[in-house]
Order: sequence, then structure tokens, then C-alpha cells
Amino acid sequence: MTLLDTPRKHGDASDGGAIGARLSRLDGKLKITGAATYALEQPVDGLAYAVLVPATIGAGRVARIDVAAAKAAPGVRLILTPDDDLGLQPATDWNNVRASDGPYVPLPRDIAYNGQPVALVVADSLEQATEAARRLAIAYEEGPVTPGLDSPNAGEGSPLDQLSVAWGDAEAALAAAPVRVEAEYHTPREYHAAMEPHGLIARWEGDRLTVWEPSQWTHSMARSYAEWFGLPPENVRLVSPFVGGGFGSKGFSYGFGAIAAAAARRLGRPVKLAVTRPQNFAAYGGRAATRQSLALGATEDGVLQAIVLRGASETSTVGTWVEQVGAATPLMYAVPNFSARQRLVAVNTVTPGALRAPGKTPSAFAIESAIDELACAVGADPLEIRLRNYAEEDPQARKPWSTRRMREALAEGAEAFGWARRSREPRSMRDGHQLIGWGLATGTFPVIRNYGEALVRILADGSAEVVTGATDIGQGTYTILAQTAAEALGIPFERIDVRLGDSALPGAPVAGGSKLAGVMTGAVQKAAIAARDELIALALNDPNSPFRDTGANTLILADGRISAPRGDGPVVSVGELLGRIGRERIEVRRDTLPDHLQTPEGRFRAWTTMTTVQGPTAGDYSMHSWCAHFVEVRVDEDFGTIRVARMVSAFDCGRLYNPKLAESQWKGGIIMGIGMALLEEGLVDSRNGRVINNNLGDYLLPTNADVPDIRVIDVGIPDPHASALGGKGVGEVGIVGVAPAIANAVFHATGRRVRRLPITLDALV
Amino acid sequence: MNPFRYRTAADPDAAIGAALGGATFIAGGTDLIQLMQEGIAAPDLLMDINGIGYSGVASDLDGIRIGALTRLAEVADDPTVRARFPLVREAIESTASGQVRNMATVGGNLLQKTRCLYFRDRAAPCNKRAPGTGCSAFEGQNRINAVLGASAHCIATHPSDLAVALVAADAEVILRGPAGERTVLLESFYRLPEDRPDIETVLEPGELIVGVWLPIAAAARRSRYVKVRDRASFEWALASCAAAIATDGGEVLEARLAVGGVATKPWRLARSEAALVGRPFGPGAIREAAALAAEGAEPRGRNAYKVPLLVATVERTLMELRGAG
Ligand SMILES: Cc1cc2nc3c(=O)[nH]c(=O)nc-3n(C[C@H](O)[C@H](O)[C@H](O)COP(=O)(O)OP(=O)(O)OC[C@H]3O[C@@H](n4cnc5c(N)ncnc54)[C@H](O)[C@@H]3O)c2cc1C
Ligand code: SF4
Repeated sequence: MTLLDTPRKHGDASDGGAIGARLSRLDGKLKITGAATYALEQPVDGLAYAVLVPATIGAGRVARIDVAAAKAAPGVRLILTPDDDLGLQPATDWNNVRASDGPYVPLPRDIAYNGQPVALVVADSLEQATEAARRLAIAYEEGPVTPGLDSPNAGEGSPLDQLSVAWGDAEAALAAAPVRVEAEYHTPREYHAAMEPHGLIARWEGDRLTVWEPSQWTHSMARSYAEWFGLPPENVRLVSPFVGGGFGSKGFSYGFGAIAAAAARRLGRPVKLAVTRPQNFAAYGGRAATRQSLALGATEDGVLQAIVLRGASETSTVGTWVEQVGAATPLMYAVPNFSARQRLVAVNTVTPGALRAPGKTPSAFAIESAIDELACAVGADPLEIRLRNYAEEDPQARKPWSTRRMREALAEGAEAFGWARRSREPRSMRDGHQLIGWGLATGTFPVIRNYGEALVRILADGSAEVVTGATDIGQGTYTILAQTAAEALGIPFERIDVRLGDSALPGAPVAGGSKLAGVMTGAVQKAAIAARDELIALALNDPNSPFRDTGANTLILADGRISAPRGDGPVVSVGELLGRIGRERIEVRRDTLPDHLQTPEGRFRAWTTMTTVQGPTAGDYSMHSWCAHFVEVRVDEDFGTIRVARMVSAFDCGRLYNPKLAESQWKGGIIMGIGMALLEEGLVDSRNGRVINNNLGDYLLPTNADVPDIRVIDVGIPDPHASALGGKGVGEVGIVGVAPAIANAVFHATGRRVRRLPITLDALV
Repeated sequence: MNPFRYRTAADPDAAIGAALGGATFIAGGTDLIQLMQEGIAAPDLLMDINGIGYSGVASDLDGIRIGALTRLAEVADDPTVRARFPLVREAIESTASGQVRNMATVGGNLLQKTRCLYFRDRAAPCNKRAPGTGCSAFEGQNRINAVLGASAHCIATHPSDLAVALVAADAEVILRGPAGERTVLLESFYRLPEDRPDIETVLEPGELIVGVWLPIAAAARRSRYVKVRDRASFEWALASCAAAIATDGGEVLEARLAVGGVATKPWRLARSEAALVGRPFGPGAIREAAALAAEGAEPRGRNAYKVPLLVATVERTLMELRGAG
């Protein structure tokens, strides 16, 4: 592959390489000082302001919209309603399937959920548009509403046979098992509640469209806009250099974007649409509510004989989202007999979507609570029972783990937490009015692989640039790509510039599924090595190079300087060398696509759909990240208030490219898990399917005071199968298992088993 | 937001005059602006009263006068308030966040609107916001709603923490209107919802709150405010209790109790107080007083937990005061 294979470091922080160093985020200062320009802050001349008008019924039709009063309001430029033909075509979905039946109608007359957009009002100012929107007189024909998964009229839903997993004879083994624990677990609707709400600015120049919109996937979102408007893909540019949190909510283009861009085209004027905080709760669905009946059968010693899961999750009446409640269940423990089935129940909600560790999170809540119940039933320690049922290989795929350091996670977590001092009996530890409980649960997240593309430029001043369309949603893409390039190029980290978040730049997959770091470090490393090799080849061969006559057959690039390996020749900075040989730059673009995707169609599909994704068991191994959470809760014996007092979590995520950022991701996931366990629930009005706590005052997220001291421990080792540099996914695994760890701790504190999230004081007072 | 005019009042009379003409006062704006953003309040004329004076805390031998435009943070930091009225300081320090307390005023706090989810959702029927449309909470998501003082027309709680502490402290509000100043006991300032939940106080058209009078009382020195909520900070009360006790030789001389988060107005517990006075300040009397707090409580569904929670909160508050004696 390379001309000159100079030795490269593949170490961790301890060996001083850029990869593995504990560096602060490159974008941190920009964000803290307000210098980072988010999508809606983009200065664009001549903006008009759009306001979305949501339906206030849960199901039915828009009978009529009287726009007269709104039209007469000052500053109003345009009103779009279901009466307007926006002339849009359907876009391709992530499976690379494009609907062929008729136009795409983002403002339909039929209402499938409360909060669905029914009109867009555009005016010269936001205030004018807001006021005009209130003057619309909307008449509805209301239909019957199915408000949620557990509502009486929701029914059982339809089976998802493709998700059924079975081995052995689980029902018979369960019936025969001497010890059985069976229970039903519930998780509610939860929301991303990202700091930066949805919204966009759309600007047309002729038949070219630029969209500034927060994005986890610029290429795919740009493709949607292009297809809606019947444009060649290169005519749409989607720009998203900074994102104020995505958590899964910003991977796709949505109806509101289509409506706003259509308005901009009609007006011949750029349009800004800020989706309001309340509207965010219906702009993109949160985590679907789930219900799981879970039964474990075991020996008297707590050795699992059977697991039977019957689950259900909600979706909308107009789209399919499967919150896979069996995602973690078959992976966690060795069990000879297993059966999992899931049903999907359509209700009147916006179609739910991916929220940090979709499927795995509710799945872990049930299995990790149930195993704790089993431990109690057989009188075993919760840690011990996990070791007794340790899965030495993937029980479902029957493949060896690539790496699974769960034993180490349990051991090191327990040690740091002081688990050995735990008293077995519930309600046996207290501090005044505070009942103290210690709980444990584990989590997992699959290694997902895909392909990426990057461009690396070495510039005449000796600095370098890394350019790709991948996004940084706060997880650290800027930083780790600079680290990767620095190490491969031998140019200091501080001298690497990274450009991201633009669909006009080289291709990348979605910043989702905890895979972007693994994919893009691989692509950047490949491009950077190629650029370095090109530079060295020029240094050795160019007639004007000072190395031309040194007789060296290889050169070393380190700290921005080039020298001969024996250190006997000249030492020249990169910039100087480029000057001598008369080059302004060296520019190399590389991708990691396999041969069969090296076609225009293949590339386009790889950057804009999920069809090139490889799952955790696609090769010879089963590959996952793992974690173990140890929690201390304090429950007020009279009030039932629950506070998490401290947490220790140990993680196996393979090699860490930047431990500081990895720890921050883990902690962020854990904090989100605390919200899931104790606070978060979309409250739905059963009469009209409306989420009525749709703001950050009433949809409760953890505040600083709710977040305890969290200690995270890295027990991973490089996993050569998982990614080019040995890392597994970091971003999502942290939330998985937090809720059951807290629920188990609440049980230990109070003797009350709560199987419905969030666990609030009502259940304990 | 509706188009509106914004003016600043140079003195109280200008403000009062404007209000008689339909203007809405704005102080810290921490509640009003939210209501305007959601289209729940739509004033034509906003009259900024921050410049009319009435800001600051002044104390003399009889009591403390707090100007209506004093920021909550300033009240909580006042040395006399801290020494003489711990319950007021604790109520404020458990209110909102530091940022909000730097902005929010005492007058605005007493007049903030309920957190009932339906009141704040313009699409929902709500008798308090739109009289005669019905009460969505009655059979809806009413986990945070009231179990005391409700009517068939409204079950919304009064959200203020400070008001609960002030009611327990026998505070008076000083009002100023076209006819001059008058003083009303804060407890009587608030109305029960009955069949007009939209009329929340006895304020007359044009009237301003200009201050709060806190009479010095022995009991208030030994006082507490205990607030129970889902998350550890930045949330209104699910249940709270303000209590002040004076004892002599272990016997209760004076007891003042009020609860919040559970009632349609800051709720004084006269019967619980009576159960304490003249008796030894011990677990028996405390438990009895706490049980009496829930007398007449009527849960409406998801808020049933508030009945035992209310009792537990009163009991804990009193037990802590006993310990602090
Ligand atoms: C995120 C958040 C959390 C909060 N948490 C809590 C909490 O935990 N506990 C709690 O008690 N409160 C809480 N609050 C409410 C907060 O305390 C009030 O919003 C604040 O006290 C209102 O004061 P203001 O000066 O901003 O009032 P404004 O918003 O300016 O006014 C509120 C109302 O009072 C009227 N008004 C104001 N001053 C006068 C006056 N002098 N005379 C007559 N009318 C007047 C206005 O016309 C308006 O109708 C919270 C608020 C926020 C935003
Ligand atoms: S409880 Fe009161 S504020 Fe809430 S919906 Fe009913 S009437 Fe409105």
C-alpha cells in the first residue's frame, strides 16, 4: 500500500501519540464564546420568517382554513395550507426505497396526530408571522383518537415476525424451571429535548438550494431536499457546521423543512423557520412508549434456563418506527432457551424515532430489572448472578465476541464503588430519613460499521486540513479527526484544521449508531497516510528537494519537520519543502468503500442511505460495546423523592481515541439515563393525543442538582475487528442500563419494585 | 406575539393611570413574557413599572417592608429577613434558579400564573384562561393539580413558594390604586376559584402591589420552608410547607402553618395550628396536626398521592422545627 512504511504509533495517551490523547474539544471555545454559528444564526440577507401552525386535534381532517384575517395582518407575505399544491415529489428513504405513488404532501388535509403542521405563515418578521398565524381560523372534522400504547382502543397491534428470535424451547423450559420471575415493564414516550431546537434557513438561487439546518447527516438530508424539488443532487447544499445536540433527532429532513423550502421558492426570498420548543415535541418523534412482558426461568441457583419476552411498542398511523424491545435481551446472558416477539401498535402520534440507543435502552430496562428480581428470588448477589450467567459467546449469533470485557467492567466497577460492602436485604441501609439503596445493571450497544470519505490537504505554511461532510453534533468529530490526521501526518494537532458539516464535502454516514468516529478516523487516516506518502515521495524525487541527493530511501515526518531516518541529512519543515519544490499544497481524497461500491451509484447510496451498513455480527465475530453501572440512590422514606447520590460506571468501548471526550459522552449518556429513570415522560391528554408538557419547564430533564458525582472507568482494549483504529462505539452505550440500575437501587432502598418509568414519588410515597 | 406598545412608568400614578386604561404591568417579565410568547397573555400596552420606586427591604422594630419591585434574590440576601424569617429565605432559595431570582420581583411572584398544563396550552379548554370553556384538568393530566380549595370549575394550584411562606408569616400586601393605598392580609388577597377561577385576587382595576409587610413575630425566628418536588431544583412544589413555631418550656405558644403545591391558593392550616397550640411540641401533637392538614382534601385522579405527601410534608417540617428548638 504505501511507498514507505515508516513506523506509526498505535498507542494510547501514555505513548504520547495524538490519538488517545486527552485533548479538549476544538469547537469548545467557539461554542462557549458564542462564536460558533448555528444554523438559525446564519446571516442571510433578505430573510422572511416562517411560523408553523400545528393541528390541535389528535385525528381527523382539516375542514377549512380561513386565511383572510391572517392575510390582512401586517407584514404577511405567504400562507401555505392544505389547499396549496407544493408540487413536491417523494424522497428516498434510508432503505434506498422511493415511493412512486404520487406527490409528497407535507401539509396534508388528513390529521394523524396532534401537533401535525396544518399551515405555514411567512412574514417580514417573526413577530408578525407569529401573530398572523394566530389569526388563522381553522375548522376541523374530528375523528376518533388513539392516544397511546396503553389506551383501551389501541388494541394489540400487529406482530413483527421479522423481529422474532427463538432458540431451544423457551416456553417448555420456563414451565419446567424451578424458579420463575415474570413481570411487565413499561417505558413512556421520551424526547430528545436537544438544547438547539429544529429549524432551518432555505435560500434559493435559481434552481440551486442552500439549506442551513442542524444535521446529523448532511448528505442524506440534502438528497431529500433535491428529490422533493426534483433537482439534481449537486444543486442542493446542506450546511451544518455546528449542532446543538441531536441524540437521533437530526438525521433526516422533515416535512417542516420541505414546507419552508417550498415557501422560499414561491416567495423568491430566503425563509427562516424556527420550530418552537413546544412544536419540537411533534416535529420529530421521541422514543416510542414500550411494554414488555418478560419471564425468566432459572435453577434454584439462578442459572438461567429460559427467557421469554413478549413486547410491544407504539408507532404512528402514517409511518413505521420499531423501538426494538428485544435489542439487548438475547445478548446479555447465556441461556439455552429463548423466545422474543414484538408487536407494533399504531396510535395517533408523530412517528417516533431514534433516541440515543434506540431499542437497547428500553430493552435493558426490562432484562436488567428482571435479572435483579431473579437474584432476589434465589438469594444471590446481583453481581454474582451476572457472572453465573455470563455469556462467553454471542448466545444468539453463536459467534465469539470480538472483545467483551464485561467481567472486567463488573469487577473494576464493583471495586471502585465498594459493592462488596452492600448489605443484601432491601431497606437495610439508611441515613436519617434517607433510605439508601445500591443497584447494579449492565448495558450494551452494537458495533455498527460503514464507509467514509475524507480529503486531506497539506498546505504551504506547514499546516494541514481535513475536510469531510460528516457532522459533529457535540461528540467530538472535529477533535478526533484532527488527532488522527496529526498522528498520521506528523504535523502537530494545533496545526490541523478540520472542516465538517456540509453536503458539498466528501461523503460520510450519519452521526448515529455510535459509528461515526470509527468510520471517519479510518477514512482520515487513510487519506492522511496517502498525503504523507505523496509528500515523502516528492521529497525523495523532486529535483529541487534537499533530500534528492541524500541517498535516503525513506523519510520521517514528525512535529511538522521532515528528516532522514538516521538523522544525518537536512531537517526541513513541511512548509519549506513545499516551497522548495514549488508546490502550494498536497491534496489527497480517499474513501474506505469496497470495490463493489466504487461506482457513482454505489457512492451515492453509501453516503445517503443505510444500505451499506454492516451490523455487529456481519463478520466472524459479534462486536459490541459494554458497560456496568453501579448506583447509590437515596429515597426519602416519607416523601418518596429519589436522588441519585453517586454512580460508578465501567465501560468497554475498545480503544479510546480521546479519553476526555469518551468520558464526556459516557457521562452525558448516564445523565440522560437518570432523566429516563426518574423524570422524563411525555404526558399525553387521552382525549386528543396532545403532549401537554411540551416545554422544558414541564418536561423534566435532570438539572445539575440531580446529577451526582459520576465516576467512569475505561476497561476496554483495542478491538481490531471493530474499526480501523480499534475503537468500538462510545456515544450511546452510556445510557443503556442506567434506568434499571436506578430501579434496582430503588428496590434495594425501599423494597418496592417499580417497573414503570419514570419512577416518581407517587409510586413510593 | 400580538403587536403591543411598551412604555415605562416614571411614577406609580402614571402606572395606575395606564392600567385603568387597560395597560398590563410588567416587572421582571419572567412569567409574563412566557405567557405572551404562548399567546396566553396578549396585552396592547405593556407598562414597565421597574422605575416607579418600591424597591428594597426596610426594617424597623415592628416589621419588615419589602418593596414590590425588589428582586427575589435581594430579599433572600437581606440580613434581617435571614435572621427573622428563615422561612421566607428558604422559600425564595428553593424558587426557580439563580438567574430567574435575579430578575423576578416580589409583586410579580405573588401574581404569577398557575402551572396547570392546560392553562398554558392555548388549545385546551380552561376556565381560568378562557372563562366558560371548561376545565381540561378535571379529567385530564392532573398530577400537579390541587387537592384543596378546588371547585368543579378549576383545580389549579397557586404556584408561588414565597406566597406560602408569607401567608404563614401573617404578611400583608400593600396595594395602591386610584384612591390611594390599602393593606390586605395576603391570605385574603387570594380568592378561591369557585365559579370564577379567572379572578384570582381582590386586586381592583388599576391597582398595583407596592409592597409586602412582614410583622415581626417571635414564631418566625424559628421557622422553615420544606419543598418537595420531582427533581432536585428548578421546579415548582408538588407539596410544600411553611411553618413557624414559638414554644415556651416545650409547650407551643404560637403555631403558623401554610402549605403550597396542593391548594388553589396559599393554604393556611388553622386547624392544624389549633391542634398544636397549648400542647407539648412533640410527635403526638405534630402527627395530629399533620393529619388535619389533609382535611377536606379531594383528589381528582393522578394527584391522589398529594394527600399523603401533604401530610408527610407538614409532619417533616414540624419535626425539623422541633429538632431545631
Ligand atoms: C423557569 C422558571 C422556574 C420557576 N420556578 C419557580 C418556583 O419554583 N417557585 C416559584 O414560586 N416561582 C417560580 N417561578 C416563577 C417566578 O418566580 C415568577 O415568574 C416571578 O416571580 C415573576 O416575577 P416577575 O417580576 O418576573 O413578574 P412578571 O412576569 O413581570 O409579572 C407577572 C405578573 O404580575 C403582574 N405584576 C408584576 N408586578 C406587579 C405589581 N407590582 N403590581 C401588580 N401587578 C404586578 C404582571 O402584570 C404579570 O401579570 C419560576 C419561573 C421560571 C421562569
Ligand atoms: S384546573 Fe383551572 S387552570 Fe387548569 S384547566 Fe382547569 S380551569 Fe384551567
